[in-house]
Amino acid sequence: MKRITVQGSLLATTLLIASGATAQDAELIIESWRNDDLAIWQDKIIPAFEAQHPDIKVKFTPSAPAEYNAVLNSKLDAGSAGDIITCRPFDASLALYEAGHLADLSGLDGMKNFSDVAKAGWSTDDSSATYCVPMASVIHGFIYNKEAFDELGLDIPETEEDFFAVLEAFKEDGSYIPMAMGTNDQWEAATMGYNNIGPNYWKGEDGRSALLSGDQKLTDEAWIAPFRQLAKWGDYLGDGFEAQTYPDSQNIFTLGRAAIYPAGSWEISGFNSQALFDMGAFKPPVQNAGDTCYISDHTDIGIGMNTATDNPEAAKTFLNWVASSEFSTIFANALPGFFPFSNADVELQDPLAQEFISWRDTCQSTIRSTYQILSRGTPNLENETWNASVAVIKGDETPEEAGQRLQDGLSSWYAPQQ
Amino acid sequence: MTSPTKAGIRWHIVVFLAPAVLVYTAVMIYPLFATLRLSFYSEVDQNRLWVGLQNFRTLFGDAIWSEQFWNALANNAWFFLIHMLVQNPIGIALAAILSSPRLRFSAFYRSAIFIPTILSFVIVGFAWKLILSPIWGIAPGLLDAIGLKFLYQPWLGKEEYALTTLSLVSVWQYVGIPMMLIYAALLSIPDDILEAGECDGITGMAAFWKIKLPLILPSIGIISILTFVANFNAFDLIYAAQGALAGPDFSTDILGTFMYRTFFGFQLQLGDPHMGSTIASAMFVIILIGVCLYLFGIQRRLRNYQF
Repeated sequence: MKRITVQGSLLATTLLIASGATAQDAELIIESWRNDDLAIWQDKIIPAFEAQHPDIKVKFTPSAPAEYNAVLNSKLDAGSAGDIITCRPFDASLALYEAGHLADLSGLDGMKNFSDVAKAGWSTDDSSATYCVPMASVIHGFIYNKEAFDELGLDIPETEEDFFAVLEAFKEDGSYIPMAMGTNDQWEAATMGYNNIGPNYWKGEDGRSALLSGDQKLTDEAWIAPFRQLAKWGDYLGDGFEAQTYPDSQNIFTLGRAAIYPAGSWEISGFNSQALFDMGAFKPPVQNAGDTCYISDHTDIGIGMNTATDNPEAAKTFLNWVASSEFSTIFANALPGFFPFSNADVELQDPLAQEFISWRDTCQSTIRSTYQILSRGTPNLENETWNASVAVIKGDETPEEAGQRLQDGLSSWYAPQQ
Repeated sequence: MTSPTKAGIRWHIVVFLAPAVLVYTAVMIYPLFATLRLSFYSEVDQNRLWVGLQNFRTLFGDAIWSEQFWNALANNAWFFLIHMLVQNPIGIALAAILSSPRLRFSAFYRSAIFIPTILSFVIVGFAWKLILSPIWGIAPGLLDAIGLKFLYQPWLGKEEYALTTLSLVSVWQYVGIPMMLIYAALLSIPDDILEAGECDGITGMAAFWKIKLPLILPSIGIISILTFVANFNAFDLIYAAQGALAGPDFSTDILGTFMYRTFFGFQLQLGDPHMGSTIASAMFVIILIGVCLYLFGIQRRLRNYQF
């Protein structure tokens, strides 16, 4: 009996020492799909954090983007996943939270640095709990070839009318393809087309939440109007745009053969290294001069905590630091085009990135209309929107037909729209 | 002396069969039945429930699912038809030409035509996408050079041409297979039969139609069924060239891509293993029916000639 007590107390002491050691020198492992960013994490972000928190060691262990969801799920189920989880927006992470793998972070101090739109990507449907710290967003707009605009003496368009006047001018001149976009890969038409220009018509978050609540339908003018615009795009895309792929469009633009590129801000670093001419950016044109502008400021990367972590306090310290402006500044400058959400002021060096982020001051931010909740059922609204946007641009379907088809699909499974 | 009539179990048979049976069971038979089983279940509130034939009712009864399914099946049938009408006749013609003793460099032609077959579909899909590209491709330039530029279309991007174009790319890739099989069959026809025919005045083209073709019919039958199975299981080329959404507007969607999209999910669409298995089971049944029709309808009527 006595021997057991001795053994027990010995064991307890060992455990105490062991846990004492971990509290002193916690190690955090980060799961991520951003293997492109490995160097930035190792050389800039992690040293900056460890300088302030010498007692916490951080390791960034990314996997391939296409495999990330599957790898992460199996690691979480097996209990071998890292302490910090990089979160995909919306349903993929929501499923992890509901399965108990992601901790509720609503109470985290750093969370107050973020707006509701920023948190929407990683909150439950009723917004009661937020489980990932928003890390970066991408903003949509148009990147243009400044030299081409100077050559023809054109100004950047503010309104819809200006926009088509510019496209028409390039078409008449003939030395540039007015706009570089193809429909072969389908997603550009929806992401860089419909969801890029759309928020100006459905008034950003107002329209998006009305669609979620069932107060608006995809057959309403606000949701069909962007399709009417896309229907006119077909005339200004290059010859054979039907078979033009996404890399084709990127190359056409960076080779200086096209004037305007419907873009997401993630293109910035690639374009900076490829293009030999000056580039600028303009925001999606509004209907009439002086209208409030809306931009798609889409949640893309978040970061959360594994509930099974051994070092919840260290993890929270780290997440709070990610929510700070120090992290935002390092991250945003290392990866121009991925913008921090934090309300804190961030200095950006890249002029193109500065242009994109400046729209946040004058415009209302929203996220892509199809991402939250609406793409959960069959048919999948996001995939359908790709298809409809392409069909409208090619003229195979009228804007009204496209709207009707999307609405029929959505109302077949989404209760508030029935 | 009594002979040892009662032999024990002949263990060596079991031992020799075991590796193949075990491996085949593990990688083919078990997954097949597991897939069939999965198609009778569905996930409700994170629990797997037995739902009987409900998934099949959804697949064939629900307007959205059934439209996609029939579209994929029709596209698959067209894909198969193009192979039967283009790949196999060309394969037979090439084999007939190659087996002609007067052809020079026949070994070179044989290898050149067969090489695409061993290329990866990723390379084939990518190379043809580049060749046909309206921007960088050589197709528009070549047509322009011979004054036929007006014939050029962005084929892979047009609904009416995309599937046929991809079928022809697949034909280009795989035409070597029927060619090789028929070539082997033609070589196995003994010369004395042909010489006997010559004595009766059957020469040249007539010899091909009247003597060689009937003798290679069994091989053509085998090629047809191989083409059928390969086409209805096809996935890779379409996925490599057009992606999982099989654009434009699902005009190149075949059962393989439809199954992939459903099973593994795509972009925001989360994967649904149960509906995916249902589609896979439907594919299995379609192929089974096709093979049975062939076996009982055609194979048994074919006569094999022994030389």
